[in-house]
Amino acid sequence: MISYIARRLGLVLLTLLISSVLIFVVTQILPGDVAKAILGRFATPEALQGLRAKLGLDRSLPMQYGSWLVHYVQGDWGVSLSTGEPVLNLVAARLRNSGMLALVAFVMYVPLGILLGLLAALRRNKAADQIISIASLAFIGLPEFVTGVVLIAVFALKLNWLPASSAITPEAGLLEALPRLILPGITVSLVSLAYITRMTRSATVEVLSTDYVRSAYLKGLHPARVLFTHVLRNSLLPTVTVIAIGIGWLIGGLIVTESLFSYPGLGRLLLFAIQRRDIPLLQAITLLLVIVFSVSNLLADLLYAVLNPRIRYN
Amino acid sequence: MADHPPVFHTQGLSIGYETESGLLGAVRDATLSIAEKECFGLVGESGSGKTTLAMGAIGYLSGNGRVTAGFSRLRDQQLTGLSRRRMRRIWGSRIGMVYQNPSTALNPSMRIGGQLAEIARRHLGLSRVEAGRKARDMLARVAMPDPESVLRRYPHQLSGGMLQRSVIAMALITDPELLILDEPTTALDVTTQAVVLDLVLRLKRQFDSSILYITHDLAVVSKLCDRVGVMYAGEFCEQADMRTLYKRPLHPYTLSLLGCVPRFEREAGKRLLTSIPGMIPRLDELPQGCVFAPRCAFVREECTIRRPPLVEVQPGHFSACIRWSELPTAAEYARAAQVIPPHPEERREVLRIQDLKKSYPAVERLFGVAGGEQRTVKAVDGVTLWVRQGNTLGVVGESGCGKTTMLRAVIGLAPKSSGEITLGGAGLDPGVAERPRSILKKMQMVFQNPEASLNPRHTVGRAIGRPLSLLSAVPRGELKSRVLALLRAVNLSESYYHRLPEELSGGEKQRVAIARAFAADPEVILLDEPLSSLDVSVQASLVNLLTELQEKNGVSYLFISHDLAAVQHLSHWIAVMYLGALMEWGDAAEVFAPPYHPYTEALLSAIPVADPDVVQRPLRLEGNVPSALNVPGGCRFHTRCPRKLGRICETQTPPWREGKNNHQIYCHIPLDELARLQAEKPE
Repeated sequence: MISYIARRLGLVLLTLLISSVLIFVVTQILPGDVAKAILGRFATPEALQGLRAKLGLDRSLPMQYGSWLVHYVQGDWGVSLSTGEPVLNLVAARLRNSGMLALVAFVMYVPLGILLGLLAALRRNKAADQIISIASLAFIGLPEFVTGVVLIAVFALKLNWLPASSAITPEAGLLEALPRLILPGITVSLVSLAYITRMTRSATVEVLSTDYVRSAYLKGLHPARVLFTHVLRNSLLPTVTVIAIGIGWLIGGLIVTESLFSYPGLGRLLLFAIQRRDIPLLQAITLLLVIVFSVSNLLADLLYAVLNPRIRYN
Repeated sequence: MADHPPVFHTQGLSIGYETESGLLGAVRDATLSIAEKECFGLVGESGSGKTTLAMGAIGYLSGNGRVTAGFSRLRDQQLTGLSRRRMRRIWGSRIGMVYQNPSTALNPSMRIGGQLAEIARRHLGLSRVEAGRKARDMLARVAMPDPESVLRRYPHQLSGGMLQRSVIAMALITDPELLILDEPTTALDVTTQAVVLDLVLRLKRQFDSSILYITHDLAVVSKLCDRVGVMYAGEFCEQADMRTLYKRPLHPYTLSLLGCVPRFEREAGKRLLTSIPGMIPRLDELPQGCVFAPRCAFVREECTIRRPPLVEVQPGHFSACIRWSELPTAAEYARAAQVIPPHPEERREVLRIQDLKKSYPAVERLFGVAGGEQRTVKAVDGVTLWVRQGNTLGVVGESGCGKTTMLRAVIGLAPKSSGEITLGGAGLDPGVAERPRSILKKMQMVFQNPEASLNPRHTVGRAIGRPLSLLSAVPRGELKSRVLALLRAVNLSESYYHRLPEELSGGEKQRVAIARAFAADPEVILLDEPLSSLDVSVQASLVNLLTELQEKNGVSYLFISHDLAAVQHLSHWIAVMYLGALMEWGDAAEVFAPPYHPYTEALLSAIPVADPDVVQRPLRLEGNVPSALNVPGGCRFHTRCPRKLGRICETQTPPWREGKNNHQIYCHIPLDELARLQAEKPE
């Protein structure tokens, strides 16, 4: 088990290292000169030269990468070119907001997805299953900007139950922000909800047809006990993986959803950094997203190992 | 039987499945009775309805199945029509179940102890601690080594034999009145099967349960059962006392089924098996008269008009054949089969395998960077063998002994690590891709699983035609006539030419695979357990087919199997393999007669012989074949050898001892000593 964790951890670190190289190289070869972007078109060559030296842009690319990575690891993420604020502060505030939104979404879609998947599997090929399966397929196909707009049109504009804009104040807490988190939360949830439902359904259908479930019934156990002790433990294994990968989906979905609802989160900040060519901000956010993605995958692997004795004891 | 009411009883039970084409009667009018402490063997090939009958009788059918007539009863308790809630109080408590495949019958993410204890808690009302103690006691009663630690283990940490022991313990924990065993040894190796059968025999004496034993294996039945019922296409065709059924079967199906089982015979030449022509009918195409009539050798016109019922033709002996009194005895019937005379002359050698080794690196590390010593799996560890023209060399051994890897190294699918493979005097390259077509043409292979070895999108004609055009350069114009000739040679009609594999049965697919192997007119055909996934009657017809084709074409076979009887039946030479190396080899008659290598002796005593009068030596191998990562030193068999001498077996490699007719045994014990030990009568 320990060697398993060590191996997974090693893989995560390697992924992060490779991603950091990619992020750095890609942002460096983007068109436009950073110094020119800061000083404007009419800067003198001397001023440009001076700024480049100050920013360390005159050094070789590997040198620049090395110092960037070292600073990043130490928590020194540099200063935003467009706002002049430290990148770390900007990102931290937005990460908190995105975290709240992700949490609300997560709490809504994970239990619901598992429940719907189970229901569909237990009522296989009956009406409930057909409805759930068709609906989940439909939601997988619909992009966030469509579902988001429909939700706003119905629940905010027509019924007036919830606010259409989710612009919250920077210091708003979870409870205070909650009403403004529900609509964007649902919007980012739908695709993941559909995936979890489908995965739970197919895994449960498979487990229900196994010999050991038949032996459980023929032991004379109550159906509820068969479901909880023999079916769920095995059928939720693949779902755990889908949930973790879903966290990546969630983050990808944030960019569109946060823009749609004017929600001050990481996704909108990323968009902002791209539009302003704010390289330090862009690099910091992208690498942060890779970290979130890798760590959630690592957690999924570990959780899978804990639930699955075949991995735990090998 | 009349004085005591039966423990378990079905009366005219019929079970149907609701399908798109209407209600299909999978079991029709089945009546059986199992008395106190009796073991009833329910025998039939796949599709005979034996499992459906058992499951329907205890009220556990899948969604579209239902009992359409008759009833079943456990003592005074009518089971048919009972609610699920009341059935749950009977399942696991008064009826225990043991299943075919123990590795899938246990929940993979639950400890063995928990799976045993939950029955005790549910039905015996025990507390968690008491149930745990009961589970441990039960494991001890089924002779589980170290029951305390097994309780805490997960199924994947146990061997097949230990798993089946756990399932048996689980079934017996409530001391049920009826124990149903559904092919409990089919998924196990011969040596493990023997251990499990011993256990069932012993438990039969210790527990009061009556047993319903479902199997396709007539040999197993003859070792265990008191009464036997033979099913065919959903109906009982015969029921009788076990000995009577073997000696004097009164139904042609039972008679032919017994004739299909290869026996150990000491006679010159090869006797063909009495195979059954045709196939089991589909449920929606049952014949009007007797269901067996289309395949019966004793059929008369009146058989095809009205379906005969199962009637008591002699006291305690039921048959559904109207001609029961005219049938020959089992011995007479077997003797009627054709014998192919032996070839006395010495044949030239076609294929030679010299010191063949095949090993795999065992690395599971990050990015192939090995930390620690490199370990290798020695799958085949120095095998020397040769095959003579027109002869069959059979290689036997338990799963994991390396016989399949050896075959794959010979054909070049798993390129050898070292050693020589010579075909007709010419050395072969390791990989099949490096070998010229002229070599590929000379050596062909038939694989174990016909479902997977035929391309599902290619018609039969195309599958057989390819080696013809590719290896034998048959011109287009002649191709079809050559394929049709091959189809006829494997007893398939020309109508099969345009069919796809999905339209064929397992046996027909294997016939196509055999025709494909013969297409290039090879000198040697490698047969990788070609019979193991097939029913007994299908096996028999393929064994006959292979024998006849060899007689006609003079082809040589290298045949590997775990089925000793089939190997003995088909082979002129036999090699016994254990953990990547040979233990014994020589003329077929010599290998399966004393003196044996202790491993061969154990294998022979492990396979049940389909004859209730044969008393077999209770020589058992415990445990599993050791991992090929850690081959034991000295004699590699010493960890399981029942005749181990002592230190010498652990430290020194044994010598090859030579007997009569090139018979060789790899053992420290001298041959005359082995012969003396093995001549002792089993008690």
